[in-house]
Amino acid sequence: MANEIVELNDGTADLIIVGIQRRGVQLAGRLVSLIEESEGVEVPQGSLDITLYRDDLQTIGPRPVVGPTSLQWGIEGMNVVIVDDVLYTGRTVRAALDELADFGRPARIALAVLVDRGGRELPIHADIVGKRVLIEPGDRVDVMVDDLDGRTAVVIVPASAEEEP
Amino acid sequence: MTSALGKDLLGLEPLSSEQILLILDTAEPFKEISERAIKKVPALRGQTIVNLFFESSTRTRISFEFAEKRLSADTVNVAASGSSVLKGETLVDTARNLEAMRIDMVVMRHGASGAAQFLAERIESNVINAGDGTHEHPTQGLLDLLTLRDHFGDLKGRRVCICGDVLHSRVARSNIWGLQKLGVEVAVCGPRSLLPNAIEEFGVRVIDRIEEAIEWADALNVLRLQLERMTAGYIPSSREYNRVFGVTRERLERAPRDILIMHPGPMNRGVEIDSDVADGPHSVILNQVTNGIAVRMAVLYLLSGGRPELAEAAKGGTGRRGGAPEMTEAA
Repeated sequence: MANEIVELNDGTADLIIVGIQRRGVQLAGRLVSLIEESEGVEVPQGSLDITLYRDDLQTIGPRPVVGPTSLQWGIEGMNVVIVDDVLYTGRTVRAALDELADFGRPARIALAVLVDRGGRELPIHADIVGKRVLIEPGDRVDVMVDDLDGRTAVVIVPASAEEEP
Repeated sequence: MTSALGKDLLGLEPLSSEQILLILDTAEPFKEISERAIKKVPALRGQTIVNLFFESSTRTRISFEFAEKRLSADTVNVAASGSSVLKGETLVDTARNLEAMRIDMVVMRHGASGAAQFLAERIESNVINAGDGTHEHPTQGLLDLLTLRDHFGDLKGRRVCICGDVLHSRVARSNIWGLQKLGVEVAVCGPRSLLPNAIEEFGVRVIDRIEEAIEWADALNVLRLQLERMTAGYIPSSREYNRVFGVTRERLERAPRDILIMHPGPMNRGVEIDSDVADGPHSVILNQVTNGIAVRMAVLYLLSGGRPELAEAAKGGTGRRGGAPEMTEAA
């Protein structure tokens, strides 16, 4: 994925990698270090919390926790790559695009996801995909990263294994 | 289903320490929004908030208005002067008329203690107390806590002394309750005529000399001497007050540790606090003002929404999402 990001943007010039809270941020960090290994360049990294831009904020019950947003580099005229763990309905990405627009006008925005599980509800597609899986709407894809979960893994949880309250 | 804070924010006394920490934690990411070029997020789009101010206010009203606007809410300011209140309309009638115009929240300041609760029990909109008489001023208490936490991290075991006119101060009460819930040791210092009777029942230490307070505390919250009440004969004169209780540079220089100076404003320079101190290196008075917006955004955000009927309708449609942020567990 790191190589694809460099290829897609014709190198690392003007490149900025923005992870979506929370696991997208960890994945973005890994991509940045992989690019540094192969290209010898430390690409700027940002993080985005899209909670306040969700389209269901007025309808969901308890308020979701808001995480930090950090785009200290500025994105005006940059090649932005949004990184998230799982691409599903596309609503998170829609919110991220809206939020990025409030920070400036990038030259281009691309989307990189570790897992694309289908089931889109909006006309959004990923430019770079780690793994495509086709699973049922009730199933869940859990991406685990070392920093938050103590291990690195992608787990598909079938709906039948879910204990619904 | 209501928010983790319930319907209203009336004071810090009824809140648990978990609820207070939730507000402070939520305020952290909101600080960043005010640093952006476009200081606005769509979280409260379409919500209508009325700022109902029966007493004069500059800082609090503007701070609430900024917080509301930065969350994209629509706001209306109603001041008692120039409104139908002057024509004898009661508080409840004013509020009910506002509600008939389909509003979502009321932020109210009122001269009578308990006014916010009175209103909250009678209207469906969320009510946020922006100061009621000499009772509470919860968002001021919260921004003081946030400012202290910025500097000290965990507040447990820290010592804060509230100095000056505790008797007339709603800020003092919100501070005492809020600080104690987070494990802070609280003292008050001021002339006995400006301390409430039986202040010890709050569980606070009473310090009679400002020098001792400076020696004891990690932070001083210096209250405004309410000069407009000076005629009541609480103190001989503001000059004498400054000589005995004023926080001056000379007194601070004898402090055994770095001491934080807070003031809720508006300041009487040269009375309760000297200019050297207010503008000096120990002062976090302007940080308090900046934090005020973040804290108020957090409160507005946490109280808003959570409409059960809409939540039910939404459940059917979207299902679970992979990349969505985690939800709070709190009910």
